[in-house]
Amino acid sequence: MANAALSSRDADAVAQSLPERLAGAVFSRLVIIVPYLWLLFFFLVPFLIVFKISLSTTAIAMPPYTPVLDFADGLAGFVAQAKELSFDNYVWLTQDPLYYTAYLTSVMVAAVSTVLTLLVGYPIAYGMARAPAALRPTLLMLVILPFWTSFLIRVYAWIGILKPEGLLNQALMGVGIIDSPLIIINTYTAVFIGIVYSYLPFMVLPLYSSLEKMDNSLIEAAQDLGCPPITAFWKITFPLSIPGIVAGCLLVFIPAVGEFVIPDLLGGSQTLMIGKTLWTEFFSNRDWPVSSAVAVILLLILIVPIVIFQNAQARAQEAGR
Amino acid sequence: MKSLGSIRRAFAPWNDPGAKPYIHFDRVTKKFGDFTAVNDLSLAIYEREFFALLGASGCGKSTLLRMLAGFEEPTSGRIMLDGQDLAGIPPYRRPVNMMFQSYALFPHMSVEKNIAFGLKQEGMPKADVEKRVTEMLKLVKLEPFAKRKPHQLSGGQRQRVALARSVAKRPKVLLLDEPLGALDKKLREETQFELMDLQQELGLTFVVVTHDQEEAMTMADRIAIMDKGQVMQVATPAEVYEAPASRFVAGFVGNVNMFEGKVAERSGNSARITGGTGAEITVENAGEAVKDTEVSFAIRPEKIRISSKRPADAINALQGEVYDIAYLGDMTVYHVRLDDGQMVRAATMNATRVADDPLTWDDRAWISFRPDAGVVLTR
Repeated sequence: MANAALSSRDADAVAQSLPERLAGAVFSRLVIIVPYLWLLFFFLVPFLIVFKISLSTTAIAMPPYTPVLDFADGLAGFVAQAKELSFDNYVWLTQDPLYYTAYLTSVMVAAVSTVLTLLVGYPIAYGMARAPAALRPTLLMLVILPFWTSFLIRVYAWIGILKPEGLLNQALMGVGIIDSPLIIINTYTAVFIGIVYSYLPFMVLPLYSSLEKMDNSLIEAAQDLGCPPITAFWKITFPLSIPGIVAGCLLVFIPAVGEFVIPDLLGGSQTLMIGKTLWTEFFSNRDWPVSSAVAVILLLILIVPIVIFQNAQARAQEAGR
Repeated sequence: MKSLGSIRRAFAPWNDPGAKPYIHFDRVTKKFGDFTAVNDLSLAIYEREFFALLGASGCGKSTLLRMLAGFEEPTSGRIMLDGQDLAGIPPYRRPVNMMFQSYALFPHMSVEKNIAFGLKQEGMPKADVEKRVTEMLKLVKLEPFAKRKPHQLSGGQRQRVALARSVAKRPKVLLLDEPLGALDKKLREETQFELMDLQQELGLTFVVVTHDQEEAMTMADRIAIMDKGQVMQVATPAEVYEAPASRFVAGFVGNVNMFEGKVAERSGNSARITGGTGAEITVENAGEAVKDTEVSFAIRPEKIRISSKRPADAINALQGEVYDIAYLGDMTVYHVRLDDGQMVRAATMNATRVADDPLTWDDRAWISFRPDAGVVLTR
């Protein structure tokens, strides 16, 4: 396949004149450069600004940190200001247990939520992939449907369901399963429910796409060779869906670590997660340098799973047909 | 008909009234909703037979195979294997293995793991598994590729892995669904003979589904020609070709010329058939043809002689005009338009490099054939 594509492209290249080819090369460069420029201006530059702020000291000023690094005093002034930058804020993060507890809790909450989302999402994706082909687009639509409503509103709605006098408790007490309301809201349980609910589509979609393209004759072959259906699932279906599992887990885990809205609305004041800590530092304490340092460390923590994700994607593409 | 069967080899349990069928489809029907894939079909296959199910797509041949493997249950009727009713036995407990059309090799396992899969599943000791895998790799000549993954193999190699995997468990019956369908022509021809050798060597019963008549003719001891969920004829390749049971079979296998006519005279085993426009054919093997009934006379192109003059000794001779000539190298096929308008194909082996009776386009020509060269079909 690759050879055929290559040779046909060669043939095209021969057929084109030199100026045409040059124009084509310039055009393809331009197309590639646009997303890179986008990333440069809207990711790398802001990140460098945040990084620089994280090296500053808080101040009662506008902006609330120092040094500002401007050229008002000429180059010598700039250099003098630059010398004031320090890693003190990072040292501070290691000294106050608040921060590393928050990081650790965030990673733990994200990990547990990811596992829960996988447990809920796998059967859904499996059922969808096994549904009659005519039904699949509808099922897919239903998974994506919640995105049509604001995320914030959907999380607010969960407050109404989970609070002591909420729908869930009323229903359970009405049926007579419990006598007194369950305290779910403002606990980690509520945070898990919120994350699992909100991120379920990110788990289901990659799982579905890896399960759906799997050839059913592989399962039949396994059964033919003596596997009962359950064994066939563990020996064939499950290993072949690992790329989907990895993709789904990382798509849930990465944003869940820095999640702010769900712990803030559903977790209440008891839950300590890094997203909330960051918000508090920034808006309540107006400590821009420390909150910037928190953000930079969060990014560093997330780089590891992101790199794993990229590698897994590349490998899946290489092996996939 | 017995003489025709013995052309291949002296293996014909189907002619032995005492022989017990190994696989027996007993009035099997399979419906998918409103669609009847297999319709009240009965079929007996014998041990160590190389049996082919031949038919166009949608004729029910694959459904038949899948019912034998256990992936489909018959709507009615029963399937017996070696005296055991297969009803309700799931695929993973049936003593049959299948080679899938897509090969269905497990992409995440190496060649040897694929072959060992079924053996490990049945709980064979590790040392024995290794021994059997080595044996299988040798059988299909894939020893150097044991550690490769399926996607690192060529189409032909994958086919051989699939084959090795499906025979590794020594099943009572090996089912092959279009086993050579994905191979190119040259490789397909080679592999046909490899499959036949393998079947002989292992002494297994093979049931192969194919839509390729050449493949079925080459490999099979007997062929079942299927149409619309029913078996039209079960016979050896020679019988299917030389003594088709119906117009459908005659037309499905190979090329054939059909003459429609009425039986004008019957005496003993021979008959005289007159066509609508007065052409007369004398046949020596009239079979079941009854006087004054409409019948078809089917004759293969290679059994028709073509010449510029009427052969002196010819009993059956019809005149026409050469309409088209197809030179195929080993043979030449003439399309002759008879004077009553019917087109006839006549194939001549090119035994010499230069034809001694050269015929060309639009020449007047005679076609002639012996009275026993064709068959009279009443169905």
